[in-house]
Amino acid sequence: MSLSAAVLTVAPLAKSLGEQTKENSWINIAIFLAFVAVTMIVVFRASRNNNTAADYYAAGRSFSGGQNGTAIAGDYLSAASFLGITGAIAVNGYDGFLYSIGFLVAWLVALLLVAELLRNTGKFTMADVLSFRLKQRPVRIAAATTTLVVCFFYLLAQMAGAGGLVSLLLGLDNTNKVGQNIVIAVVGVLMIVYVLIGGMKGTTWVQIIKAFLLIIGAAIMTIIVLAMHGFNLSTLMDAAVNTSILEGGAGEALLNPGAAYGKAPLDFVSLALALVLGTAALPHVLMRFYTVPTAKEARKSVVWAIWLIGGFYIFTLVLGYGAGALIGKEAILAAPGGVNAAAPLLAFVIGGPVLLGFISAVAFATILAVVAGLTITAAASFAHDIYSNVIVKGDPKPEMEVKVARRTVIVIGVVAIGGGILANGQNIAFLVALAFAIAASANLPTIVFSLFWKKFTTQGALWSMYGGLGAAIVLITFSPMVSGGPTSMIPGADFSWFPLANPGIISIPLAFFLGWLGTVLDKGTEDPRIQAEMEVRSLTGVGAEKAVDH
Amino acid sequence: MGNSTHASAAGPVDFVAEQNSEEFQKLRKSHRNFVFPVAIGFLVWYFAYVLLAAYAHDFMSIKVWGNFNVGLILGLLQFVTTFGITTWYVTYANRKLDPQAAVIRERLEKQIDSANKTKEEV
Repeated sequence: MSLSAAVLTVAPLAKSLGEQTKENSWINIAIFLAFVAVTMIVVFRASRNNNTAADYYAAGRSFSGGQNGTAIAGDYLSAASFLGITGAIAVNGYDGFLYSIGFLVAWLVALLLVAELLRNTGKFTMADVLSFRLKQRPVRIAAATTTLVVCFFYLLAQMAGAGGLVSLLLGLDNTNKVGQNIVIAVVGVLMIVYVLIGGMKGTTWVQIIKAFLLIIGAAIMTIIVLAMHGFNLSTLMDAAVNTSILEGGAGEALLNPGAAYGKAPLDFVSLALALVLGTAALPHVLMRFYTVPTAKEARKSVVWAIWLIGGFYIFTLVLGYGAGALIGKEAILAAPGGVNAAAPLLAFVIGGPVLLGFISAVAFATILAVVAGLTITAAASFAHDIYSNVIVKGDPKPEMEVKVARRTVIVIGVVAIGGGILANGQNIAFLVALAFAIAASANLPTIVFSLFWKKFTTQGALWSMYGGLGAAIVLITFSPMVSGGPTSMIPGADFSWFPLANPGIISIPLAFFLGWLGTVLDKGTEDPRIQAEMEVRSLTGVGAEKAVDH
Repeated sequence: MGNSTHASAAGPVDFVAEQNSEEFQKLRKSHRNFVFPVAIGFLVWYFAYVLLAAYAHDFMSIKVWGNFNVGLILGLLQFVTTFGITTWYVTYANRKLDPQAAVIRERLEKQIDSANKTKEEV
């Protein structure tokens, strides 16, 4: 009885939650400005030694495993994970939790198969590894293309999220598109400044600070929510079920699978495949492994990342059910920001405007840090892979490559702002899942084959990368997410024939198959000496890029 | 050859001979014998869980303790196995892989260094 009484006292409050949060939006803005000020100082200090390419792209390879692991967590725990998963659990219960498991287990692929070998054989980008023993130009162009496409979709998701969040966090109305677009532009400009000045070192520090704040914030909220329910997860789930029953919602079913994917189980399997195989093929994650001095530190980075990310996802389980119990599905969906509003609203209910301000500012910082990481990855890929190795054929004038990278940063920033404004209001989780599916299809087969399969050839790599990329994009275009459904990107039109929202289950196996087929049908062979060199280097670290001394 | 940038980095080493050496083959075996079975194992376990969550709703909804049903327990076990495999691999790599890799690396680096020195003297 006491539980339902507690829910009843909260319920009328929840109705006006959206209104109440607006009154204190100056606190959100103040805390966010403080974050920007502190990180700017750090970025300026970090920018002193940003002359060479190794400094600019790889932070002089001087971060420790613990620092890099924290930065990886900061990079990986994007707004989609924090706001998206908390909201998904609050609204869909158990099915929201499924997301976080795929995101976490995926790190084992990176730990066991990719991180150390990549660190030992590459220099700055994913293409360094893929083109190591194959023909440089075509493979680099293909790898740079897939890198840019994955970064673009991921960037779009983050920027679109920035616009959606604003309505809740800064007290702008959901319909105030001009206000939202101004915020998207501000995020874009700040990101350009960070990356332009700070390079990888500055970006990494922004991510470390953000990861720290995010994990602390989530931990505080988790402890408060658990304390309100006698430190018993089962009691908390009871409360979520009760709130749901009072609303006339799913009730008990909240704890069981099926709320989100019950009608489309194959869709979920496809998504799960993309999540678990996509992480170790995300270019901005791979690039982080070059910021440490040795393969051993790369291993430590992943270990740190796994513990931080895993711990964080356990927090989101508590926060999701907490938001379901204390606010309720209806109130969350009615608030500006919808599903994404669950975490900020929960912060307001349990900690008042100050905790809301803190969590909101962290959510903003999250977008900023992730966007900065994506931008430096895309810029490095263009400058290092396309400019230096293809346009000037491996003979760039000194300093020119970094100059090109910096100019690319500005171009990407402008594209991100424009794309973010156009994509404003799109489903963030869908766009992120898309980036994972494309990465898993276009990149992972070639990464695995070139590290572990002696006979792999250039033709196999090209077929796999272009085939995987093309298949993923074609299937997405003709999926119900783009046309033909009630929530499609292009309302009114219907040219869909692919039934699933995520292409992974077709495009990932296809890309592996094409990699094999292209190789066995290839008339040419690759130089066995370079294959030998790559294998010996990948396992022993001979000749691996060293840390820069200053 | 487009690959010359890499090949020239460690010119004096005969990597094909090195690759075929007993020492390196042993390291390669130690690495693959661990990472391949473990990778297949955790992927099978993950997809078993995914398929159960997608198709076996009744089974996943069986209550085991309080509000903890089979689905939640299996989900949390995914966390446990992920943490467990991480720790297991790190212990294995520190004990079995790193020492073997270090011996080969130091030998090859000495070879490269001395070759560079003779080049400078000439």
